[in-house]
Amino acid sequence: MKIIVCIKQVPDTTDVKINPETNTLIREGVVSITNPYDMYAIEAALQIKALAGGDSTVTALSMGPPQAEAILRDAISMGVDSGILLSDRAFAGADTWATSYALSKAIEHIGDVDLIVFGKQAADGDTAQVGPGVATHLDLPQITYVRKLGEITSETITAERMLEDGNETIKSQLPCVMTVVKEIGEPRLPSLRGKMAAKKAEITVWKAEDIGCEPDKCGLNGSPTKVVKIFTPAARGTGEIFTGEPHEAVNALVEKLIPVIVGASN
Amino acid sequence: MSDSLLKIDGDLCIACGACISTCPFGALSMGERIVECDGDLCTGCGACIPSCPVSALSIPESTVEGTKSAAEWKDVFVVVEQSDGYIHSITWELLGEAKKLAASLGVKVGSILIGHDVSNLVSELTERGSDIVYVADREELTYFQDERYAAVIIEAIEKYHPQVILCGATAVGRSLVSRVAVNVKAGLTADCTGLDIDPDTQNLLQTRPAFGGNIMAVIETPNHRPQMATVRPKVMKEAEIEPGRTGETVMLELADAILKARTERLSWESTEGPTVNISEANIIVSGGRGMQKPENFKLLEELAEVIGGGVGASRAAVDSDWIPYAHQVGQTGKTVCPSIYIACGISGQIQHLAGMSTSDIIVAINKDPEAPIFGAATYGIVGDALTIVPLLTAAFRKRLGKD
Repeated sequence: MKIIVCIKQVPDTTDVKINPETNTLIREGVVSITNPYDMYAIEAALQIKALAGGDSTVTALSMGPPQAEAILRDAISMGVDSGILLSDRAFAGADTWATSYALSKAIEHIGDVDLIVFGKQAADGDTAQVGPGVATHLDLPQITYVRKLGEITSETITAERMLEDGNETIKSQLPCVMTVVKEIGEPRLPSLRGKMAAKKAEITVWKAEDIGCEPDKCGLNGSPTKVVKIFTPAARGTGEIFTGEPHEAVNALVEKLIPVIVGASN
Repeated sequence: MSDSLLKIDGDLCIACGACISTCPFGALSMGERIVECDGDLCTGCGACIPSCPVSALSIPESTVEGTKSAAEWKDVFVVVEQSDGYIHSITWELLGEAKKLAASLGVKVGSILIGHDVSNLVSELTERGSDIVYVADREELTYFQDERYAAVIIEAIEKYHPQVILCGATAVGRSLVSRVAVNVKAGLTADCTGLDIDPDTQNLLQTRPAFGGNIMAVIETPNHRPQMATVRPKVMKEAEIEPGRTGETVMLELADAILKARTERLSWESTEGPTVNISEANIIVSGGRGMQKPENFKLLEELAEVIGGGVGASRAAVDSDWIPYAHQVGQTGKTVCPSIYIACGISGQIQHLAGMSTSDIIVAINKDPEAPIFGAATYGIVGDALTIVPLLTAAFRKRLGKD
């Protein structure tokens, strides 16, 4: 079985602070990490590889600047077999349409792929649109928000997905696209052997023309949406802390909340 | 330094350096005369733009002609979210917004209703402001399936050319319209918390949080139609019911071929319950490590029951198996924005704040006065949640006459 796991390098949000004077984003140094949701995607891909057995392989695919190579090496240290980086100035400024286009062209270029695994969303953009977007570009079925894997055959995969009001078990034909949530399992730690492999691995780098991307569908030009303004949300005023005896503090808080609670139930 | 997506106007830049620390990707640095941007690092996210005191920073526009000129694009559509003959409240919120947008544009509000035996729901939609209800009623559409539902919406777009389509930013909504937008080459903006019409261009202005809510972005789709947006639940006001209001019903005729599906549902297990679906709860009582053991979540359930809320949890509580993952708020869990969020024994790591910081009122209850949660709180009590929560429950019970 040929499995692709798509991963993204994102800024570490634990690093982000707001400058209270200018109310803008400040970052101390620049730490980039594998999108936390994608760690579960890597875990899922490796679980599927083990379930499918035989000569199954997992390839990690990412689009990003040259230094995004680091997250592909990290994926290899966890047990992924190889890494491919799409890196080209032509991809810059891509929204979810153009990003899913570029990834889908790379997957076509790889060829004969059975399963494509994504994390449910990326922590910087939070759109959850790229996985289903790739499925659509490739005209494949999808199972989003997968929490548990079921039976895998050469032609189908069964998985349980988590929706707001219930869990749904779905059987899909292969090839198919899956996006996974945290319940799929804790991401495994890199092994010593994995770390050695990651050090030695050759990361394949493809540019737009290598995978036959049409220039008008890449990056800024391929993106229907455009950011017209960025602002920092109004900072919250300092909160009101109720002190005194617990029951006094509780009563003061209750008086503040009662109008909202009564209003909400009307 | 190579060409970058970000344009820095050399005539305007005063080399103050204010933008440098705002770049999430470390692409900006001070050059010899002005600030410079490393094209290999810049992703064109625009996070730096508001930091510039002289408006020297900008991102250029795409020069490719879109689908806007291909047809006459008309009404504002809402994708109805229903299951088992019951319309989810997000639909009423979408209709409230759709009415507002349609009024600014001078067009009608259409609803796309997909399911089986759903025609009895049409009047609910017209009473909430829908002028036209497009109904796709087929046995194959009994339950939500990504491919089939997407095919129906694509059909409706190709036939009726809506200029705006709104859908809930729910699990179902996000899976569904991502497929539609790629297929018809529409712009799609996820998880909007504000929508408006630009009075000059008539474009839809879509406001959404990014970088875990640290910044807000306004996004536009200048050259493509339809303009599609998913809308975060519980942010917009529901459309009011106008009893007896009627509208037009259009039955969508669907060729069998478009209803193909390569997935099938084997089973469905409902997790619906008063304390589970926190994405739609108006009030959330949430617990973290400070609750100490799973049994103590009973205290939160009791409080939630008295004030009519759901129970949430921090990652720490979920990872300790005190409560199922469906309750987890924050990065890697759910994003919520209720009227009141009560954080009990939650320290307030940034990953948790990312999932609840847009709540109207945040209440922090924590032993540690230095806990970061107090920085985000509207109201706070410094104290042990195990002591404070039962007192709160009793006080609310008394105040609400539920003794």
